[in-house]
Amino acid sequence: MTELSAHLPQFQHGQLTENFPDNHLSNTNDNSERRRHDNNERRRNDNPESETNGQPQNNIQQVVEQDEEEDEELTLKYGAKHVIMLFVPVTLCMVVVVATIKSVSFYTRKDGQLIYTPFTEETETVGQRALNSILNAAIMISVIIVMTILLVVLYKYRCYKVIHGWLIISSLLLLFFFSFIYLGEVFKTYNVAMDYITVALIIWNFGVVGMICIHWKGPLRLQQAYLIMISALMALVFIKYLPEWTAWLILAVISVYDLVAVLCPKGPLRMLVETAQERNETLFPALIYSSTMIWLVNMAEEDPEAQRKASKNSSYDKQAPANQTQNEDAEADDGGFSREWQQQRDNRIGPIESTPESRAAVQALPSNSQTSEDPEERGVKLGLGDFIFYSVLVGKASATASGDWNTTLACFVAILIGLCLTLLLLAIFKKALPALPISITFGLVFYFATDNLVQPFMDQLAFHQFYI
Amino acid sequence: PALGLFLFTIARDPLRIIILIAGAFFWLVSLLLSSLIWFIAVKASDPWDEPLQKGLLIFGVMFSVLLQEAFRFLYYKLLRKAIEGLVALSEDGCSPISIQQMAYVAGVGFGLMSGAFSMINLLADALGPGTVGIHGDSQLYFLTSAFMTMVLIFLHTFWGILFFHGCEHRRWWEIVAVVVMHLAVSGSTFCNPLYVGSLVPSYLLMATAATWAYLLSGGSAQNLCHFLLCKS
Repeated sequence: MTELSAHLPQFQHGQLTENFPDNHLSNTNDNSERRRHDNNERRRNDNPESETNGQPQNNIQQVVEQDEEEDEELTLKYGAKHVIMLFVPVTLCMVVVVATIKSVSFYTRKDGQLIYTPFTEETETVGQRALNSILNAAIMISVIIVMTILLVVLYKYRCYKVIHGWLIISSLLLLFFFSFIYLGEVFKTYNVAMDYITVALIIWNFGVVGMICIHWKGPLRLQQAYLIMISALMALVFIKYLPEWTAWLILAVISVYDLVAVLCPKGPLRMLVETAQERNETLFPALIYSSTMIWLVNMAEEDPEAQRKASKNSSYDKQAPANQTQNEDAEADDGGFSREWQQQRDNRIGPIESTPESRAAVQALPSNSQTSEDPEERGVKLGLGDFIFYSVLVGKASATASGDWNTTLACFVAILIGLCLTLLLLAIFKKALPALPISITFGLVFYFATDNLVQPFMDQLAFHQFYI
Repeated sequence: PALGLFLFTIARDPLRIIILIAGAFFWLVSLLLSSLIWFIAVKASDPWDEPLQKGLLIFGVMFSVLLQEAFRFLYYKLLRKAIEGLVALSEDGCSPISIQQMAYVAGVGFGLMSGAFSMINLLADALGPGTVGIHGDSQLYFLTSAFMTMVLIFLHTFWGILFFHGCEHRRWWEIVAVVVMHLAVSGSTFCNPLYVGSLVPSYLLMATAATWAYLLSGGSAQNLCHFLLCKS
């Protein structure tokens, strides 16, 4: 398998980096959208204040404000549903990864390392190993940072073709190549005989349908399923090719980086989000998981209605239909689904002001479509990179922990709680937030704690059959 | 059975799922802290002293029970605050989920997590080859473990209801009773592998707790008859 490793880097490279920025991005998008959807009953008291923060930007009368507030409450009431809508795919992804790790031994065999992690971890001394893993992590992180900045630059200078091409190549690679390997390994594990022709047919169909679903139109469930599958595949590759300490270090550093990149004013991801907002554009397709998709016949019609309502904060929605003409490809479609709900409440005072021309153009369109969907149709979005890293954490926990299932369970619960808390913070701050740090921190803490502390305890208890 | 409970009563309502996971989380944290204490104690003591180790284990168990109850209390506090928020949020001024439902769900959360932790490694090992109790240990290991786990899960659920009810109405004796029961159940497992000593009392206690919780939740013998005879 070593020869494969050589191929992997190049593509992974592309996939990696586009995932990361997008994961943050989508989070930021999500977050701004999600703050509405957030459930958590706790701290509802804060919401009135946060609403009043938005008020100054509001230049519409009291009536609309009143409506807004009521709508706001309505939204928040349904928030729990959206958290669950995120729980389910994250859980599914983790389950797939854990199931694969447990059954297919390929992913736990050490077959060499990626080109990005050149230092081996099988050294004689602990110190040497630590040093190597730190270096590995540093290299990986710098690669990610470079790719993110590259992506931001490309986006800023409107080199959309390049970005599209990059995305398409990497999703092609994932869908065909990695799933071929995966399928092969599963067949080997279960000793199923299969000829090449059948495999080719299966993989071809799988890949093509996947490409269509992700980059273009397709049934929502299918698209979600495909996104989950490619996240799981990616996570499996990481689990296989990253050595132990490096993996944990990378997880830790990535969450710090995520925090920094999204929240710092000069962070690349923040710039990306703001640029997207200014241009009223959607972010990249195929890198964001969305929980609902309302099919949009004519997206531009949203705008008039959107403008009618007040907006609170310019950092909310980005995917504006205003630039439909610019991106008539998958991007617009993908972004459109979650934008549907924006109809009821717009929160785009900033972007609207910045593109008065587009607004005028849109207003000229017939605004007869009511396309009023009920509030429950609103979707929540999460970046695929988040899926990947959560699954990497849980997968590594199940692969290499001495406490096996206990540790896996503990990490799983920790990640879910982290996700809840992130959404809660989202509701409070109403800003773009990174989804990684809290969950990964909890996950790491629980992993190490459970593995080293709880496991001996539980073993002893089980041995004596004591129950606590 | 616990899984059935989950599927039928909790999986419908997303809010309950969140409360469940949060409950599981709290249990986990309490377990973590108690095992930390135990670990420190073990490290600080002589590893070759068998009775001492066992004694330490017992101490760890007791401590863990107390911690679990403490965390249940904390969770109760948190849920109280959450209820206030929910009430403020909802349209018609009453909460979409009552404190009793929350108690139930929290109890199930605790129970599921503790059950999972107790059973799952056992189950994983059970898939492999081998015979039970080949070294002179009881042959009923798996069976009794399964029953014990089930009884614990149910007990946690009932304790959740009782505990929250006690906190609501400020009846301290209810809370104390729950703690005492928990200690008793854990203590009875110390008699293992003399299974009679542990399983039977546990089931009795569970029956007691069940009826108590049922009565507290507003049920009565009449309701029960109606239910069983299908709405006569």
